[in-house]
Amino acid sequence: MTTTTDTNHARIDATPLDAVAIRFCGDSGDGMQLTGGLFTNTSALFGNDIATFPDFPAEIRAPRGTTFGVSGFQVQFANTDIYTPGDSVNALVAMNPAGFKTNIADVEPGGIVIVNEDEFNKINFKKCGYQEGYNPLDDDELNRRYQIFKVPMSRLTRESLVDSTMGTKDIDRCRNMYALGIVCWLYDRPLEPTIRFLDNFFGKEKQKPEVAKANIGALKSGFYFGETAELFPVRYQVAKAKLKPGKYRKISGNEATALGFVTAAAKANKQLVYASYPITPASDVLHTLARLKQFGVTTFQAEDEIGAVCAAIGASYAGSFGMTGTSGPGLALKGEAIGLAVMLELPLVIINVQRAGPSTGLPTKTEQADLLFALYGRPSECPCIVVAPRSPSDCFEMAYEAFRLAVRHMCPVIFLSDGYIANGAEPWLLPDLAAIKPIEINHPTEPNGPDGTFLPYKRDPETLARPWAIPGIAGLEHRVGGLEKDASTGNVSYDPENHDKMIRTRAAKILKAADTIPPLEVRGPVSGEALLLGWGGTYGTITTAGDELREKGHSVSTAHLRYLNPMPKNLGEVLGNFKTIIVPEINLGQLVKLIRCEFLIDAIGINEVRGQPFRIDTLVRKTLEIMNR
Amino acid sequence: MHDTQLPTLKAKDFSSDQDIRWCPGCGDYAILKAVQKTLPNLDKAKEDYVFVSGIGCAARFPYYMNTYGLHSIHGRAPAFATGIKLANPELDVWLVSGDGDLLSIGGNHTMHTMRRNVDINILLLNNRIYGLTKGQYSPTSEFGKKTKSTPLGSPDYPVNPLIWSIGAGCTFVARCIDIDVKHIEQLMTRAAAHRGTSFVEIYQDCNIFNHQTWFYASQKDGKKTNTLLLEHGKPMIFGEDSEKGLRMNGTKLEVIELGNGVTESDVLLHDETDRGLAFMLSQLLYPDFPEPLGVIYCSDEQDTYDNVVHKQIRQAIEERGVGDLEKLINEGDTWVVEDD
Ligand SMILES: Cc1ncc(C[n+]2csc(CCOP(=O)(O)OP(=O)(O)O)c2C)c(N)n1
Ligand code: SF4
Ligand SMILES: [Mg+2]
Repeated sequence: MTTTTDTNHARIDATPLDAVAIRFCGDSGDGMQLTGGLFTNTSALFGNDIATFPDFPAEIRAPRGTTFGVSGFQVQFANTDIYTPGDSVNALVAMNPAGFKTNIADVEPGGIVIVNEDEFNKINFKKCGYQEGYNPLDDDELNRRYQIFKVPMSRLTRESLVDSTMGTKDIDRCRNMYALGIVCWLYDRPLEPTIRFLDNFFGKEKQKPEVAKANIGALKSGFYFGETAELFPVRYQVAKAKLKPGKYRKISGNEATALGFVTAAAKANKQLVYASYPITPASDVLHTLARLKQFGVTTFQAEDEIGAVCAAIGASYAGSFGMTGTSGPGLALKGEAIGLAVMLELPLVIINVQRAGPSTGLPTKTEQADLLFALYGRPSECPCIVVAPRSPSDCFEMAYEAFRLAVRHMCPVIFLSDGYIANGAEPWLLPDLAAIKPIEINHPTEPNGPDGTFLPYKRDPETLARPWAIPGIAGLEHRVGGLEKDASTGNVSYDPENHDKMIRTRAAKILKAADTIPPLEVRGPVSGEALLLGWGGTYGTITTAGDELREKGHSVSTAHLRYLNPMPKNLGEVLGNFKTIIVPEINLGQLVKLIRCEFLIDAIGINEVRGQPFRIDTLVRKTLEIMNR
Repeated sequence: MHDTQLPTLKAKDFSSDQDIRWCPGCGDYAILKAVQKTLPNLDKAKEDYVFVSGIGCAARFPYYMNTYGLHSIHGRAPAFATGIKLANPELDVWLVSGDGDLLSIGGNHTMHTMRRNVDINILLLNNRIYGLTKGQYSPTSEFGKKTKSTPLGSPDYPVNPLIWSIGAGCTFVARCIDIDVKHIEQLMTRAAAHRGTSFVEIYQDCNIFNHQTWFYASQKDGKKTNTLLLEHGKPMIFGEDSEKGLRMNGTKLEVIELGNGVTESDVLLHDETDRGLAFMLSQLLYPDFPEPLGVIYCSDEQDTYDNVVHKQIRQAIEERGVGDLEKLINEGDTWVVEDD
């Protein structure tokens, strides 16, 4: 069903803007993630560039009205290329005082604040810790600083749904759509994409047409409220962005990760076996793949993280492509099995969607502090290839790369995503599938040794990979295991020289991967005063900070590593062309350590570990501080 | 998979060229021999067997088999085996490992593999001790057992592997003793034929660290009194001169002496499909009762995990058609940015 509302027309009084960052916040039960997601969809379909930042508590439903139960979703939409959800918020929608209290400081001076006035009452003030007798909406200071719009959303939603057959509680749950309606009016966004979603999701999938109807009703009422109430003096418009021509869709990092691996498997003609144990923020990869069985994908929810990685290795041993996915605590459990995969020399991908630790830490918040663990967090000399996507859509490409390298070199590859890009979304220029290269895999069918013997550790001189012989082929029966192998026969060997040789060979094999990874690219001049070098999910912020610094006339370029072990071959050369190497990371300085030790240069870190992405202005300020030292 | 006639194989075709490194007199030798003798009689091609193990003396097993083999890490063999079956359900997976490996560090995986009914065969080589690490007590060691790590006796009550596996939902549970090669062959053949997880506990003598632990059940004097050889549908009779039997008394099994008006017809018949009976039999412990040997429980009512998983894949393909990548990446709302 398509409902047409007269919402597409451009209003003459709309003020054009280049970019707007909106944050929706409220209780974790208020549906803020859905609201933000739908607004993002609308903006993406409208043709803006977008970047999102969902930020939610670890508790599913923390006590209502408390500050720790606040869930937020920030989206920036723009008429140019953007790389981050924005430093400060231009418009805040606060569904309750707790949301208001925890988010108001991020709103720019003069910014718009729309509140659900009905929730601003004594009880809720108390719950979120406001002093007795204080109402922030009456605070002169706040009213001078922001444009606060009080809308009795609860009451208006109820009134607009008087004809609904649903109970009050269910009707109240439509408030978020009422708020979305207001915001859509304010930023001149069409309602159709949201209406279509509500119809499909509640009406068709959940078989609850009355819920769909009520939500759509609330959405429209919110929109008409904006139009008729004359509360807002102006309306805004953000024109389409001039993105690279082509077909786009919105995609989150976890979705892109799943699609990337499915694509790589198809290009390799391989069955995917994804074995995992649920953990935030990696579970969505499992959920996405579980729906793709028709692609020959097998998903296995194991009894624990160890069972998951072992099943993945078993699958690779038997000729599928085995993968596992987790976050920090789970990666810790998988270490021993990853070591076995290094020894067995079988392809394996371990997705690690990093979150804030140590231990359970801040499970829904982001961090980049597992880099050294991914590189070195296993006993003995136990090298793995490590790659890190830099943005939600980049997960697609890096997934393909992780797969390609794992089968090319017969080794585990750790895919270091993070909570920020895993949950964040951006427009994705759909790839030309035909242009994606097939991944060649050769399973031997004939013996490769003297007298018809099979030597499971006889290596390809170019890649140093051993043959991937799979059970079921007569004549190639062989045993593999965790004990050290004789370099030539593959039988168990305790010989000291042989062990030294095998340790070095396994290390050399990983370094060989550098032969086919693309060189590091520099954004901005290839030589100058300072290079901001990053990796992983900080790409957007570092890139934007670098662009800003250059615009202000500073000699700053940026580069972003997507391959962390091995690193691109030209890295040394790139670094040599800058006086100062600055490495911003959401950890206490991990890549910077590697750079210092590998290249013997005095690289300097910018480090914050707040469970939040960097702010652009922080990077700009700190970069200038370092440059002016 | 193989429609051509299978070549005739002998036991020695299943033996690898590797030197066997078990201690002289270790019970594992006899078990290896029994396995190598059984496989040629089963209806599978040699290349379709995969032997998987964890870590321990018992877990060296795959190296001595001339089949595909995976010697994995401590306790995780059931998970590797599951992965192998997910990738290729046609393979015949045999998991051979020790009591410490499968019931202590790997207890979790063993239990969940059984409850899922993954179509694999597990041989538990139970020597009631940690052999490879030189003699600490294991989860099957007796309460009070003195070992290097328990100089004053083990404070742990032991796990009963049969109750464990039946409790976990295992669909084939059996027991035998290392020296009875014929019996191992019989049970292996049954296990191989069973669809779903088959579990065979084998009493194994560790000649070095726990010698004679099973002698009450394996030696001439006593074995007939201390064990009960089960046969489906047959009365449960045991004893030096088959003079004893088992009977239900209320809700419990009791030992009765035959003669004096008590006849075979008073003895309970074994029914390997009866899970309740299997539980009761599993609880019979030396010295109060004879310990049951043979097939304790066998049920084919449950589908195998591998089957269910692959059925779901087929169902997904039937319902949605073979996955089309182009469609997949175009899923949801898309928009076009025009050249200008
Ligand atoms: C993670 C890990 N912890 C501990 C060990 C040491 N270890 C090797 S075998 C073993 C016990 C083996 O006992 P069991 O499974 O009964 O086998 P057996 O040697 O008796 O045949 C232990 C503790 C190990 N290899 N790996
Ligand atoms: S230590 Fe015991 S179990 Fe291990 S090989 Fe020797 S006799 Fe066998
Ligand atoms: Mg043992």
